[in-house]
Amino acid sequence: MAALEIHNVRKEFGNERVLKDVSISIDSGEFLILVGPSGCGKSTLMNAIAGLEPVTSGNIYIDGEDVTWRTPAERDIAMVFQSYALYPSMTVRQNISFGLEMRKVPKAERVAAVERVADLLQIFPLLERKPAQLSGGQRQRVAMGRALAREPKVYLFDEPLSNLDAKLRVDMRTEIKKLHQRLGTTIVYVTHDQVEAMTLADCIAVMRDGHILQLGSPDEVYNNPVDMFVAGFMGSPSMNFIRATLEAAGDGYALRIATPDEDNVLLPWPSERNAAGLVEQLNKPIILGLRPEHFSEEDVRLSEQAEGTLMEAKVSVVEPTGADILLRLPLGEQEITARVGPKCAIAPGERLSLRVDMARAVLFDAETEKRLA
Amino acid sequence: MANVIRRQTPAARLLRAVLYSVLIIAGLFYILPLVVMLMTSIKPLSEISAGTLLSLPQNPTLEPWTKAWGEACTGMRCEGVGGYFWNSFAIVIPAVLISTTVGALNGYALTKWRFKGSELVFALMLFGCFIPFQVVLLPMAQTLGWLGLSSSRAGLILVHVVFGIAFTTLFFRNFYVGIPNELVSAAKLDGAGFFRIFWRILLPVSAPIIVVSVIWQFTQIWNDFLFGVAFSAHNTQPVTVALNNLVNTSTGVREYNVDMAAAMMIAALPTLLVYVLAGKYFVRGLTAGSVKG
Repeated sequence: MAALEIHNVRKEFGNERVLKDVSISIDSGEFLILVGPSGCGKSTLMNAIAGLEPVTSGNIYIDGEDVTWRTPAERDIAMVFQSYALYPSMTVRQNISFGLEMRKVPKAERVAAVERVADLLQIFPLLERKPAQLSGGQRQRVAMGRALAREPKVYLFDEPLSNLDAKLRVDMRTEIKKLHQRLGTTIVYVTHDQVEAMTLADCIAVMRDGHILQLGSPDEVYNNPVDMFVAGFMGSPSMNFIRATLEAAGDGYALRIATPDEDNVLLPWPSERNAAGLVEQLNKPIILGLRPEHFSEEDVRLSEQAEGTLMEAKVSVVEPTGADILLRLPLGEQEITARVGPKCAIAPGERLSLRVDMARAVLFDAETEKRLA
Repeated sequence: MANVIRRQTPAARLLRAVLYSVLIIAGLFYILPLVVMLMTSIKPLSEISAGTLLSLPQNPTLEPWTKAWGEACTGMRCEGVGGYFWNSFAIVIPAVLISTTVGALNGYALTKWRFKGSELVFALMLFGCFIPFQVVLLPMAQTLGWLGLSSSRAGLILVHVVFGIAFTTLFFRNFYVGIPNELVSAAKLDGAGFFRIFWRILLPVSAPIIVVSVIWQFTQIWNDFLFGVAFSAHNTQPVTVALNNLVNTSTGVREYNVDMAAAMMIAALPTLLVYVLAGKYFVRGLTAGSVKG
């Protein structure tokens, strides 16, 4: 049975429609991530699930029960806030046990719950401190501890890591993942950070303007995006969108990328990936989506099946990141980013022959920005 | 000022000397009336008529104070202002407590439980801060009559509470606006209700604004004369009204020392005391910095 089901939820503030017919269903133990740019409605959706804001229409079910009109307290959920929202006048211990106290849990059980959580998150030495005496990372831990003290049906995380510095964020991300693997809890997690989304989620919902554009596993969302927005949002550096023209080539198709020096680049489209809609796009502009890692140096084999197509371009900027090198190459009207191995010895201004993994490329309609193939 | 970098040129020193002199003169100017009052209140009457305003008391005496407290005539009675002093406390304390409590609840509701039109309600309440007291004297007298509270302490308390709520609501509303709403959301999810959240989450961090509200209300109500003179009977008068009566009762010689002693008692001491005691706590509340998340 679905642990959480959101059914055609709409939310309007006056004339502004913040959520437009959102439906999601996740199973018990699943880790759902709502991701999208700011103002896409993900936090509003989170507040609607929590019961902090009423929805305009639609229903929300937790464990099969309709909770649409229940108060936050009656929904059996716990939430970790972006600002942590620790009660400033209470010690860490009191913060953690407050929810249990409000639910009239006997004192002995409350003490046991605090011990369990403190053990889980290694915050024993902090229990008697006030929130003002804690560092950012410690506060974050305590905020999670407060949610974990009760054992609710659903946990909500509202950008819990966005106030931490970069290194701590990565550490806590791993820790959250471990916790989820260990406790098997149902989690809804809001973030605008696509790396967090990719690394943590069982299921990602990419949102924009109050809609869910795509709902799927991280692999699906990353490799099989439904439109240019999802493709561009997930992955860093973002996917390259290259303006090209679809041409017939033998039995199949090829993509022509116009370059100023008349020396057009022609990339054959793998025949096994032909889609029904492509024929209508013949000789029309089309957007070719290639991720930076779909490029590689000529002498590196991509995989057993795909040899890849060779393409030559001039390098304008070389950005070594340590683990690999990002190259910027002007190609036609745009500049593309390619990710190559750290050993690639290339200087700006030189020409480089790159292998393109067309088997993983995607095509978008230039006007609607929808996925074609 | 050891932590200020400054070149010690003669001109800079001179400027500094001028600065301090101006400040010291201004300070003396402000403290002078109080000093004169205090000195006059401990001089015997003979010294007042013989000496000047600024001459130091030769034979200090507390007699004017005891007289002001227990014997001086206010109108027809000669029982001093002592009884009225307690009257004032009996009016001020409940009025301060009630108006601060209601203001805190208002501020809490207007910021953390917003409802349609809550901004309008707040804007209308702000009007209360700008209504001149005189305007409401007659309607208020009529209302108190209907309520059967004319000339009673309870009536005066009600008047002060009604007037005070506008200010205390403003104080608490502006303070609670700065407290993150997520705290309230978290408490709601934890299962706490309206009053529980107020009592357990907001009130413990409200010390600074409570002190501000108490100091403000105490000073306002203690110093009130208009409502006191309009809505009280001889046995429920606050001390401000009694002082006026004492000063205006003319039988024989004007006893300036008694007047000053009574004025010191009412004008300076209680409000000063509240400020000194609570002001300390005010600073402590601010430095604790407990609100910052």
